[in-house]
Amino acid sequence: MRIILHIWRQKDANSPGKMVRYEVPDVNEHMSFLEMLDVLNERLIEQGEDPVTFDHDCREGICGACGFVINGIPHGPQPSTTVCQLHMRHFKDGDELYLEPWRAKAFPVIKDLMVDRSAFDRIISAGGFISVPTGSAPDGNAIPVPKEKADLAMDAAQCIGCGACVAACPNASAMLFTGAKISHLALLPQGQPERRDRALKMVAQMNAEAFGACTNIAECEAVCPKDIKIENIARMFRDFISASVLKRAG
Amino acid sequence: MSAAAATWERTIRFWEASVGKKVVMAVTGAILFLFVIGHMLGNLQIYLGPEQLNAYGAKLHDLGPLLWAIRGFLLLTVALHITAAAQLWWMNRAARPTGYIRQSWVQASFASRTMIVSGPLLAGFIIYHLLHFTTGDFLSGGLAYTADGHIDVYANVVNGFSYWPASVVYILSMIVLGYHLSHGVWSMFQSVGLNHPRYMPWIRRFATAATVIIVAGNISIPVAVLAGIVR
Repeated sequence: MRIILHIWRQKDANSPGKMVRYEVPDVNEHMSFLEMLDVLNERLIEQGEDPVTFDHDCREGICGACGFVINGIPHGPQPSTTVCQLHMRHFKDGDELYLEPWRAKAFPVIKDLMVDRSAFDRIISAGGFISVPTGSAPDGNAIPVPKEKADLAMDAAQCIGCGACVAACPNASAMLFTGAKISHLALLPQGQPERRDRALKMVAQMNAEAFGACTNIAECEAVCPKDIKIENIARMFRDFISASVLKRAG
Repeated sequence: MSAAAATWERTIRFWEASVGKKVVMAVTGAILFLFVIGHMLGNLQIYLGPEQLNAYGAKLHDLGPLLWAIRGFLLLTVALHITAAAQLWWMNRAARPTGYIRQSWVQASFASRTMIVSGPLLAGFIIYHLLHFTTGDFLSGGLAYTADGHIDVYANVVNGFSYWPASVVYILSMIVLGYHLSHGVWSMFQSVGLNHPRYMPWIRRFATAATVIIVAGNISIPVAVLAGIVR
């Protein structure tokens, strides 16, 4: 099938970008979206043109490297799916697709569809360490974790940090990401010693990175390839409030 | 550092965090929501006749200094709600300097995306409403008084809403309020961390029901005046 692409082309962070039209006349429905871009890029290289830059790594939907906006929806129209796992069978012959990078002040464009998501790494590092005994392996089941808590923590820990939540949010808020990262440790016994401190520090870093604030529209939840729920944002609010109120020093 | 200074610094830090401001939005929003319910219940006494409504109005006015304390408290609440909203809006705009060429919405409701429009419209309505029925500046002939010197609330309402453009402004404003509440009421639970899969569906239903009741209850009054049911 034939797919018409309008792709955001931007040389580097300091250059202005623009949409450029491309046609891929022979798309196979079994291709993933990224494989289709690979085909386009091979042709561009053959023609001596600059290939389209996009981030990708595992192409199995589990690493969080890939992602761009397709027709206004991060990772495209298929729910719970990253672009690398989005297959061309979900599109029709002649479809016109607009590809744009994540748009956020905190995610500057590096080139074309690739953005710098180091802000997420800095939020994670701001959370700091957790107190665990190192050295010999701990006894299995020495720390009891109720099944329900383990499941909830796993649901939150599924976040691959792709940034689709920020891209979907009209405020470019990182609260779903930060909420998930705060939640997955807050739900486990291992996360308790530094729980309050972590919530305060990660929220402070989130603000310092110039992400916006949540307006509870829940668009992030709808586009998240890992189905992270906004319940995690509420948990972040709970931890932040209790930490602000109960912290004794500082 | 003294304990007071530490508390002050902590309060400032809470306010400066986006999360802290959201909590302020939620708490002030909850107070204003309760006020709107109380205000509507007061207003609906118009259907019980002039004596009942005027007696209620007189009772409020006779509170004297307490009435002014309540007004001051509400003004402070509104000021905090608006300040937090304005600062968050500014922060949110700055977070997305370049928009999308194509923008689609998967599930975000119209009301949730237009709080920044419905909010200022309501602020404008509140000013108009105070000048209309509280000070009487926008009321033709000014405020009417009863024989015992109290404000004749009933006569003022009938007078005010008999002028149809005023009624239209009120009806439209209540629809705007409905949009604002339909998103705001459940949001105030989420923004203080109250989201639990067992209760959230009920919180959503509560928000919808409260919105419908408040909008319908308030709109019924200008409609009843225009229809000649209340006169």
